[in-house]
Amino acid sequence: MAAAMAGEGATRLSYNHNLTPEWTRQEVSTGTTIMAVEFDGGVVMGADSRTTTGAYIANRVTDKLTQIHDQIFCCRSGSAADTQAIADAVTYQLGFHSIELDEAPLVQTAANLFKEMCYKYREELMAGIIVAGWDKRRGGQVYTVPMGGMMVRQPFSIGGSGSSYIYGFVDSSYKRGMSKEECLQFTANALSLAMERDGSSGGVVRLAAISESGVERRVILGNQLPKFASC
Amino acid sequence: MPLSSEPSWLNCEVSTGTTIMAVEFEGGVVIGSDSRVSAGQSVVNRVMNKLSRLHDNVYCALSGSAADAQAVADIVDYQLDLHSIAMGRLPLVRSAANMVKDISYKYKEELVAHLIVAGWDKRCGGQVFGTLGGLLIRQPFAVGGSGSTYIYGYVDATYRPGMSKEDCLQFTTNALSLAMGRDGSSGGVVYLVSITEKGTEEKVVLGNNLPQFFDDETQLV
Repeated sequence: MAAAMAGEGATRLSYNHNLTPEWTRQEVSTGTTIMAVEFDGGVVMGADSRTTTGAYIANRVTDKLTQIHDQIFCCRSGSAADTQAIADAVTYQLGFHSIELDEAPLVQTAANLFKEMCYKYREELMAGIIVAGWDKRRGGQVYTVPMGGMMVRQPFSIGGSGSSYIYGFVDSSYKRGMSKEECLQFTANALSLAMERDGSSGGVVRLAAISESGVERRVILGNQLPKFASC
Repeated sequence: MPLSSEPSWLNCEVSTGTTIMAVEFEGGVVIGSDSRVSAGQSVVNRVMNKLSRLHDNVYCALSGSAADAQAVADIVDYQLDLHSIAMGRLPLVRSAANMVKDISYKYKEELVAHLIVAGWDKRCGGQVFGTLGGLLIRQPFAVGGSGSTYIYGYVDATYRPGMSKEDCLQFTTNALSLAMGRDGSSGGVVYLVSITEKGTEEKVVLGNNLPQFFDDETQLV
């Protein structure tokens, strides 16, 4: 009987017997919303905490703010594997460079290292990275290295799938000369709005403030996120 | 040496790339749009008014394929005309939205258009309806078109219930300007229509009068 049925519905039968869920065959991606803002004396960086494989949330408390050096961090978006591999490589290269120099490395140097790798392997990689930190030559700086491998410094930068929804918000709310607290509030607001609209972003908001005195990390849990009238 | 001397835009579907928006307020609605119509990378009309009159008290905003959207609006214009003559009164906004929804749902595989329907009637005051994909939903405000993705955060953060007509006009102008600044398929001028019990008022905000926002002025590298 099985042989008789096989001819007619062969393709359908083999699909029905696939026992592995769809998400085991999907690439792990940091769907994501990431952001970094310069202020006088440092930078504020923020990210959501959701990592997805298809529709399954593989990690709901991800830390997408990765330390590259004492006062240089990066925000990762795109393929989780690719960005982790790139960040590991740059961390090594920058650490080595800093020992040679016998000095803290420049944020621009870190950004350049990311750019070199992201541009050289642009066809194979899926990585959108924001590099930010503090150094004594130029103070707080934000550099964006989007997919494709260009690199440009910006007063603030947003990235990841959720960033599309907040371009209007950040364009209208950003003002030059904000204080550290104002930048933290601006970032938390923007990330919350994006997380509300983008299915691939969510969880908690992770923040990091980097200045001459060091790095301060904060987490804003789901129930403490800023709320807006329309939600 | 190019094989064809024909410009590529002759072979591209004409689309109202677009950003459209409608907001309810106490006593009426404001409905607005940009004015760009693109065929591939060419802008074939930079001053198109995408706010289409369905009746004296109901307008709709067009997005998606220009042809599809106009076809739907024309049919509903006709149907509403008949309906209001038969009923002997102005149509309800919900009736207009229902007609748009019926066509959008029945032909959803063939059509690529989303119309936001907004207006004022005596029974329920100002109303905004979304008809995306053939559903019918009343919303306090609605955004649509390719440029709308960029302003979800802005409208979510800025909208508050109980805004006045002037607040809504400013809110809509700001939101459309922000979207036009980020979406390549939206641009030109902002058309606004406000509909209340007293009637409709049309306005155009020209490019140089649009609100200015942060624009990456300093390139620091």
